[in-house]
Amino acid sequence: MKSADFDQLNHRGEGRFPPLLLNFRTISRKIASATFFFCALFVVATVLSIVVMLGVKAVPFLNRVGVWTFLTGTEWKPLRGHFGIAPMIAGTAYVTLGALILGGPLGLGVAVFLAELAPSRIKEILNPLIDLLAGIPSVVYGFYGITVIVPWIRRIFGGPGFSVLAASVVLGVMILPTIVNVAREAIAAVPDDYREGSLALGASRWQTIFGVVLPAARSGIIAAIILGLGRAFGETMAVVMVAGNMVAFPKSILEPTRTLTSNVVLEMGYATGDHQAALFATGFVLLLFILTLNLASHWLTKKGVS
Amino acid sequence: MSEEKIKIEVRNLNLFYGTFQALRDISLQIPEKRITAIIGPSGCGKSSFLRTLNRLHDLIPGAVVKGEVILDGRNIYTDSVDVVELRKRVGMVFQRPCAFPMSVYDNVAYGPRLHGVRRKRQLDEIVEKSLKMANLWEEVKDRLHERAQNLSGGQQQRLVIARVLAVNPEVILMDEPASALDPISTARLEELIIELKKNYTIVIVTHNLQQAARVSDYTAFLLNGELVEVGRTQEIFVNPKDKRTEDYITGRFG
Amino acid sequence: MRKEIDAFLTAIVVMGSLLVVGILIAIVTQVVVLGLPEISWEFLATEAAAGGKTGGILNSIVATLLITFIGILIAAPLGVGSAVYLEEYSTSNRLNGIITMSVETMAGIPSIVYGLFGLVFFVIMLGWGWSILAGGCTLALMALPLIMRTSQEAIRAVSNEYRENSMALGASREQTLFRLVLPAAFPGILSGIVLSVGRIAGETAAVLLTAGSALGIPRSLFDTARPLPVHLYILASEGISMSKAYGTALVLIVLVLVFNFCVYRLRKILS
Ligand SMILES: Nc1ncnc2c1ncn2[C@@H]1O[C@H](COP(=O)(O)OP(=O)(O)O)[C@@H](O)[C@H]1O
Ligand SMILES: [Mg+2]
Repeated sequence: MKSADFDQLNHRGEGRFPPLLLNFRTISRKIASATFFFCALFVVATVLSIVVMLGVKAVPFLNRVGVWTFLTGTEWKPLRGHFGIAPMIAGTAYVTLGALILGGPLGLGVAVFLAELAPSRIKEILNPLIDLLAGIPSVVYGFYGITVIVPWIRRIFGGPGFSVLAASVVLGVMILPTIVNVAREAIAAVPDDYREGSLALGASRWQTIFGVVLPAARSGIIAAIILGLGRAFGETMAVVMVAGNMVAFPKSILEPTRTLTSNVVLEMGYATGDHQAALFATGFVLLLFILTLNLASHWLTKKGVS
Repeated sequence: MSEEKIKIEVRNLNLFYGTFQALRDISLQIPEKRITAIIGPSGCGKSSFLRTLNRLHDLIPGAVVKGEVILDGRNIYTDSVDVVELRKRVGMVFQRPCAFPMSVYDNVAYGPRLHGVRRKRQLDEIVEKSLKMANLWEEVKDRLHERAQNLSGGQQQRLVIARVLAVNPEVILMDEPASALDPISTARLEELIIELKKNYTIVIVTHNLQQAARVSDYTAFLLNGELVEVGRTQEIFVNPKDKRTEDYITGRFG
Repeated sequence: MRKEIDAFLTAIVVMGSLLVVGILIAIVTQVVVLGLPEISWEFLATEAAAGGKTGGILNSIVATLLITFIGILIAAPLGVGSAVYLEEYSTSNRLNGIITMSVETMAGIPSIVYGLFGLVFFVIMLGWGWSILAGGCTLALMALPLIMRTSQEAIRAVSNEYRENSMALGASREQTLFRLVLPAAFPGILSGIVLSVGRIAGETAAVLLTAGSALGIPRSLFDTARPLPVHLYILASEGISMSKAYGTALVLIVLVLVFNFCVYRLRKILS
């Protein structure tokens, strides 16, 4: 119903309507379409201004310090002018990887169960629960981490408990809904012909799933993993609460670590000058990385459709 | 047709969807307070033709109309015609019954409210009158405030007709109005259509030849976007002039 | 043998699903069981004192309500408006692509980045300082993509037959939109709005950077405040009071459950 404007032919006319009314109609139409157009532009403008605003804060600083030094420097001593975020990059990489190792297979398993095996009554219960899991605020996950996960790790493995492992466990749970929902949709979108064809050849249910269904849903599943990765990567509060936040390269998964996001939220409250600029630059790096991830998953889902 | 008063005169009408020409040089006259049926195999342009009569093609990007449609002496395809006013005068009933997702009452009051009727008493009157004219009042008078989508298909189609009647049109266009209905609902609808003829000019598209024969006074036969033949229904069915009309009516193709 | 392997694999995914449900139940029960003893009229209706060690969470409840309300008040019209533009007005595929791409991007941006943007723009550039208003505006941006996407789906689900029928009765495009399309899409749009209320009411990082964390009931929109999630974060991570933290967490969880339940009901109505 996107229409060539059907009223425009008669905006000069008299018809059986007095001209005043006609003008009123034309004007209200113009106002309405302009308003909706403005709303849509606002969205585009927001994305652009987020990039520009962070860029304006970050780029001069990065130019001065040097991008390479910033990314690979191992010393983060803001008060002495050392701004190297390599330890935080490592921390982010560790906890994100840990989250994917724990949450990825579990999420995919649940997605397969929901899309291929579960009777509809179970689906009706399970789906809202998954949505609920997505709705729990990250600070509550962090709180659960502090009160349950961290003490567990301390008791079982020793050490401080606040660790890469604790953060990975919490994040692993937090990315489940994303992975389950995206992967489930990808699997459900595989046409039934594929399954029937395989079953007709004598393949068992799981041979069909591994041999036909999952390969057919491949790009959607990869997109699910990428989106889960993005979620873990960008998560802040839950990680801050359980990771211990020490700026150092962790030597084992039982040692504390600090991620890029944690660094921003921990220090932004009191940072000034170059220190503040360094934190904005950290945010800018985060943003660019997320934009790249989004492009990748966008490209993959597009590919999955065609 | 010379003895009839002409309500709509179509002159050299052509319709294009982009580069595809859906109607070719159609000229015909639609007499007032009569039922004119448009028949033809599917895809021949029946719906397209009907939609030129209330300028519904204005909504489709790329659709271009050339030629004249003269309603009461005035070409509706000129700048000075108010499309809203035109559509009030030329109402339309579509193939699938489409009750709006609101109450029965609000469905019928939808048009009058659009056109500025606000007073409750007046709306009540219009709703009752329209539902009565559509032979639906007795069935729904106690459920006016229930959701219209709970009505049966046949009731919904009559509701749509009541909704059209409520804006007080002069011409009613119907695009295969019975194609989604069961035989009993179809019979009731045909009865209603014949009754409406007293006050309204009706143009009905149908792929059901018996239906055209039963209800219409005049019949036009379209084929591949061209008007093959038009005339009194009896003559078209009993004594068609064109070989293609005869073939179609005797079921030899289409 | 094949049968056994199949049964084994099925058992694994069933156990995985049970594990996920178990995790959810564990989190919720932990918070409910340990939080419930904290909940009292006094806890809900008095302000926090001594940095949160004593007193209640009234100031945080007020802050959360205000910030969420501002966020939705801004995000809902913008989100629905842009959805309407995309579905009903836009004729250019190119522009459509750009807008859709922007929304997808916005949905993926982490909350901390929104927080940084809010800090630069609302707090510093516009000079609002750490405030309810800056926090609300930041949350509005975060809610926008979700509201927009759900509204778009709801509007798209309204059949074109309605539009044709309405136009054929002499309605203009705007009349059709306001009297028919939007009312028909309303439950879907509402469920998106309620869903994002639940999301932004629980947001912490972005609010911490834009609304600050001061105690006290905010007196104006330019006051800094400490919404529930920030309060929970500070109580728990600084070890101020675990029992108060459980009470706060319970209130937050209940909020989320209520909103999710509303969405669930709305979706039921829809189908
Ligand atoms: N919106 C449109 N765009 C392009 N072609 C169309 C459109 N609507 C109908 N057509 C084409 O015009 C021809 C006539 O269609 P239609 O009027 O619906 O036929 P009928 O109602 O007789 O079955 C068909 O070939 C159809 O494919
Ligand atoms: Mg047709």
